[in-house]
Formats: sequence, C-alpha cells, structure tokens
Amino acid sequence: METGNIKKTPLNAVHREFGGRMVEFAGWEMPVQYEAILSEHHHTRKAVSVFDTCHMGEFMFRGDPGKAGLERLVTVPCGNMKPGRCRYGFALNEAGGVIDDLVVYRISGDEWMVVVNAGDIEGDFGHFRGGLASGTDFTNRSEALGKIDLQGPLAPSIIKRLPGAEGAAGLGYYSFGTFDLLGERVIISRTGYTGEAGFEFYIGAGKVERLWRRLLGFSEVRPAGLGARDTLRMEMGYPLYGSDLDRNTTPVEAGLDRFIPFNKDFLGRESLLSQKRDGTKKSLVGLAADSRRSPRHGNGIWLDGREVGKVTSGGFAPSLEKGIALGYVEPAAAKSPGPLIIRGEKAEIEARVAPLPFYKCGSARG
Amino acid sequence: METPGNLLYTKEHEWVDIQGLKARIGITHYAQEQLGSITFVELPAAGKKVKQFGPLCSVESVKAATDVYSPVSGTVSAANKVLDASPEKVNASPYGDGWIAEIDMGDPAEKANLMDAAAYAKYVEGLGH
Repeated sequence: METGNIKKTPLNAVHREFGGRMVEFAGWEMPVQYEAILSEHHHTRKAVSVFDTCHMGEFMFRGDPGKAGLERLVTVPCGNMKPGRCRYGFALNEAGGVIDDLVVYRISGDEWMVVVNAGDIEGDFGHFRGGLASGTDFTNRSEALGKIDLQGPLAPSIIKRLPGAEGAAGLGYYSFGTFDLLGERVIISRTGYTGEAGFEFYIGAGKVERLWRRLLGFSEVRPAGLGARDTLRMEMGYPLYGSDLDRNTTPVEAGLDRFIPFNKDFLGRESLLSQKRDGTKKSLVGLAADSRRSPRHGNGIWLDGREVGKVTSGGFAPSLEKGIALGYVEPAAAKSPGPLIIRGEKAEIEARVAPLPFYKCGSARG
Repeated sequence: METPGNLLYTKEHEWVDIQGLKARIGITHYAQEQLGSITFVELPAAGKKVKQFGPLCSVESVKAATDVYSPVSGTVSAANKVLDASPEKVNASPYGDGWIAEIDMGDPAEKANLMDAAAYAKYVEGLGH
C-alpha cells in the first residue's frame, strides 16, 4: 500500500484516539471499526452512532441549471425541486452507465450542492465541468467541507439537544436546512445510508472535529466505522458505487429507475428508455441465504446447473443473522421462485431472491 | 488473559488443552482480534480424522474467512454446537465458551511440536500489529 499517497480526513487523529482500526478505502485512510463491526451495527439499529463521511465529495453550483447544463448532467430535476429539498439520482454516460450515484440539494433559488461518493471525486468533477457551459460557477468544495452522519432511532432526540440544531428535528425525510452550529453555517439533512432515522451534517473542515466530539459527548452516541456502514446499507439493499453500480451498469438494470423522472432530458435518457422498452440483459437482485454463511463479491450465482450471474456485494446481515447478497443475474433468474446456489469459496450457499430491503424494521421514514 | 499458561499453541494461532489423550482446541485471543466479529463457524463433523497442522474447519468473520488447523492428529470426538447459533462466543471467550472441537489424540508425543505460552506470546509480539 502506498501510504505516501493515502488521503486522510480531518478526523484521522481522533479516530486513532478513539481506538479506530484504520484501513485503506478508496484512497482514504478510514476506520473500519472501533469496538467491533457487529456491536457498532446493532448499536446503530437500537440507539445512535456517528460515522466519519468526510471523504465524500461536494460540488457547489450557482446559476440556472437548465442554461448552464447541470440539468442535463444529472437525473435529478434540479429546477423542479423546492429549496430545502434533496433528491437521490445519478450522473450517467451516453449508454446510461452510472458515473456516480449522488444526492442533489437545492439550497436556494439559484444554488445547488451535488454530493458524490469518495471513490473518484476528481473524475466526477471533471465530468461535470466538461459538460457545463464555460464560465459556470461550479466549484469543488470537498476539501473545505467535512461531513458526519448521525444515524439511529435516537438521532432525533440527540439533535433536539444540540444547541443551534434543534430545528433539524422537524425536518422531513430528504429535506434539509442551514443551521448555526459551533459558529458556522451548517447544512443538516434528514438523510442517511443505514435505513435508520438520522442526519447528515456538512460543516467546515476546520470545525468537524469539534462537532464529532460534541456528538460523542452524548452518552447514547458511539462511533461506528466503515464495516458497520457496509453491513447496515447492505441490509437495506442500498447499492454501493464501485461494487453494485459502475459505468457498465444502468439504473434500469439495478432496479433503481423509480428514482428517475423520465419526463426530463438528461444524458443517458434514450439508452435507459430503450432498456425499459426492450428489456435488459441483467437485473440486480437481492439474495437471502438460508444459513449464516456469507456470500462474497465475485461469487458465481447458479440456477439449474448454469451460472446465471455474479455477486456484487455480499456479506453477513447482523440484524437477520443470515448471509445476504446483491448481484446481477439474467432477468429470468431474478423471477426464480426456487433457490439459487451461490458458489462461495468454501461451500455452496443456497439462497432465495428476496425483495428489498432485506431488513424491514428501519426507523428512517418514521 | 491473552495467553493462558496451561495451554499449548500453534503458529496459525490455535490453542490446545491436552488432558491425557483428549484435546480441546480453539483459536487464540490474537486470532479472534485479527478476524473481527465472527459470523459463522463451520464445525468439523464427529469422526473426522485430522493430522497435526492439517485443516480442521473454517471460520468466517464480517470481513474475512480463515481456515482453522488442528494442533494435534486424531479423530474429532465433539464440536461446540453452541457456535452454530452464537459464533460470537469465539470473540467473547476464545479460551472458554468459544472452544471449537475436541479430538481423541493418536500420538501424545506430538506435544513437542507445539509452543508453550511464553513461546507463543513472544511469537505474537514479533508479528507486530
């Protein structure tokens, strides 16, 4: 591992102080766990945890999204959102392949924030810049901003006790506001990646450590790492870019086209409409194992003696005590009422197609 | 206690408690810590014949899977069925409730091939973290 090039979030030293076990993820040094992945997972579902998500990217746009070309670069209807709302969507290539999945926030009449994954912030920024009219006010604020996710059924009660942020407790799902916290203007959205009630905080990088410590000052709040973040999102069937989504998968294949308003123009629209009309060669499905064995990325998925697909995300679902997987299979196999066989490294794992989310008791929308 | 003094150890981080010709085995504190939260233990079947340092069974954690090797040759006489539903006991009590299997030993002289607690502790220290 080239430690010289690895990026660190502003919370790096704090993670070590709290006993975080550091690993490399998408070019960043991040805590995979503090105490244990399973206990951090369960604590998030029962109480409340904080996650360092500073490594994600944030781009700021000011202007007219239609005229400047932003509207065409994302599936999210930027001009047709109210300020204070955010929406999940995609940046696609011509073939409908996913360049990144993202959330667009409308901050005001002429200001939007685009939040992207940590994997290729520079590449994403270049894609947007290349598609926008020259002179467009579009900046990469990823390094200037820190981000923390507060997730769990107790998250609303914590935010009510955070001076300056109390109003965020009244936010609806996928709404956000700007609050005065720790002497800064902080965006807080009612969003997350765990299926539990919670918030994402966007705060100046210079203040993110203070916010982290402030949140951990509440006895109910514990730190959670990327290991638990992954088990939590997988139980919800949420895709992970780089595993379940990439430039060779489309939102139609991934079963995510319900997030796309096809009545607006965007790059990749025609390709997606062709797929909706003619069908796809592969479909993303959820598979639930009948045992505790974990399917892993790359395992083959077999039906009636043939390989019909591959696992893209696999692992153990702590809240279900079973193995689960997401994977692309031939569309006919996705409808199989009978079991499919996942060929693990050590053994065959019998699994059935399961409707998503695997875990149905999340508090996010409550 | 990270390295109980009454046990013998292997380079692959298994421990063995030998009473006469009966051996009880498990994985060490170091092994469970490296693995992280254990999610599944594939217990060996009773009657399975094993060789010293040969494969005995396997263990999965959230992030990895690993093979467990037998510290002694012999025949598996019992496996800790509690681990079927509660594999996390291996993390919580690797030398106690988290034991994995019991083996009827074929050759007591094999003890000489194992490390005592002091040697194992030194070995682990040398591995760093």
